Amino acid sequence: MSVIGIALIVFFVIARPAFGTMSNVSTVSSYVAPIMILALAEVSVLTLGEIDLSVGGVYVLAPFIVVYLNDTGVPVILAIIITLLIAIAIGCINGLITVLLKVPSFITTLGTVFALEGIVLLSSNGIQINPAGDGALAQVLGGWDYSSILWALGIAVVLHIMFRRTTFGLHIVATGGNRTAASEAGIRVAVVKVTCFALCSFLGGFLGVLDSYRIGSLNPGTDGLTLMFYGVAAAVIGGTALTGGRGTMIGAAIGAIVLGVLEDGFNIMGINAFAYQLVLGLAILAAMILNIQLDRWRSERRSGSRKKPRKTETARSS
Amino acid sequence: MAEQAATQSNDVLRIEGITKSFGAVTALDGVTLHLEKSEVLGLVGSNGAGKSTLVKIITGYYTPDTGRIYVGDQAVEFRSVDEARRHGIETVFQDLALVDELSVFHNLFLNRENTVGGPFRFLNNRRMREEARRYLADIQVNIPSVDVPVEKLSGGQRQAIAVARATRQPGMKILLLDEPLAAMGAREASLIIDLVKNLAREHGVSMLVVDHNYTHIFELCDRINVIEQGQVTLDKRIEDTSLEELTEFMITSYKQQLQDG
Repeated sequence: MSVIGIALIVFFVIARPAFGTMSNVSTVSSYVAPIMILALAEVSVLTLGEIDLSVGGVYVLAPFIVVYLNDTGVPVILAIIITLLIAIAIGCINGLITVLLKVPSFITTLGTVFALEGIVLLSSNGIQINPAGDGALAQVLGGWDYSSILWALGIAVVLHIMFRRTTFGLHIVATGGNRTAASEAGIRVAVVKVTCFALCSFLGGFLGVLDSYRIGSLNPGTDGLTLMFYGVAAAVIGGTALTGGRGTMIGAAIGAIVLGVLEDGFNIMGINAFAYQLVLGLAILAAMILNIQLDRWRSERRSGSRKKPRKTETARSS
Repeated sequence: MAEQAATQSNDVLRIEGITKSFGAVTALDGVTLHLEKSEVLGLVGSNGAGKSTLVKIITGYYTPDTGRIYVGDQAVEFRSVDEARRHGIETVFQDLALVDELSVFHNLFLNRENTVGGPFRFLNNRRMREEARRYLADIQVNIPSVDVPVEKLSGGQRQAIAVARATRQPGMKILLLDEPLAAMGAREASLIIDLVKNLAREHGVSMLVVDHNYTHIFELCDRINVIEQGQVTLDKRIEDTSLEELTEFMITSYKQQLQDG
């Protein structure tokens, strides 16, 4: 995956020297950062074998809540904190409906994403507004050219460590890999799931705030659902399985870089923007087919070794 | 009571007069058996004889209608699987308790991880790897590496890891094995047979093995109990019986049942 990413970057730099300029680096960053944060957010739920479609809705709604709170006199920083808590609460609701009422998360979050986008349209009357606050805070939270990408990379590092080096990360993989085994071992599977939904939603809300300052305006018609799917695509291309048990934060970050570089490279080369969608679609298909083939190959090798134990034993000892 | 404790202090598990009915069907009709420390007891019987009901009572899945269960000298009443587990009774159902995607040592330590960094609970992988390696060497389970995901292991190796996981539980005294050699080749099976014997002899683990295959029972166990029609009808040490005698006994009791029925 990373080989493909580097190859793409080298290709675009050689094909179009403009690709390597500083101003383009900031453009690429603005493509990569949102996809990366959403991809990282989705990896935690995808590894559980779940999905969160509503994160796109939280993304659109969050900056509006900041503005509404600020309008009632709440200081911007406090408004952002409250908004992020609301995002966490939405994630908890997704998680609880999925875990307690046993509604598949695809359906749960399909419901909440429409509801959230409805709330945005109703409350804003469909009118575009400006983000709350400016100055240093806005610069740190997405205003400065490189602030979003630095946040994204920082989140990637923190989540990678969480995922690979802590018991919580191990329990996510265990829950997604074999729910029965995980709960038999005493892992509180429901708590793990709800926490991951909350984390995913929190990141969606945070990205919404970042993007409001990066873009400089809030558009109630923003297509959060499509952006969310870019995140899922980056995660899947990076090697996370939708079936659960297998996920990688670094892979998701690299997947996001590949998608962002592709989009920007296509723009610079003057290729029709529609072609990007085509390539994206084919890339997802290729990644998924490869994933499934690898899985099949693995399980064939395993069942093969069970049927013919003598043969593999000799093979192993030789 | 005190007398009993003195005479039967070697028993880790005693079951006295257990009955269990499901509606009009009597599954267990006064089962009495005992399991000694470091002993491997085989439980055989035809389908519907009451084996699985008995196992489910011992693991706390069912509660008996009448009768008593003693773990050591303590009379117990299990109302749940967790309660049985708290008394040191662990069950291995094939290798279902493993997470394929996780490494051998992460499976062994799942939810009992060694951590550093206090509340952040960072995994101390080096220590877990080291302890897993030492423990597996101790119970003589040979696998290529503790780092490989368990999905890469063979059936016998996975079963061995599942057993090792169960025996590592703190306070584990009694291990129930449900057809531990099912679907295994000779080489794979010998891995598990060696493991079971080693755990019993060297580590004082008592085991109850349920199996349909008499050959497996003879390979694994120290003693055999036959359950027929909800009662223990034969209780013999392995050296006092033979595969022929057991088969003969089963056929006779089967014919008897046909006549009675």
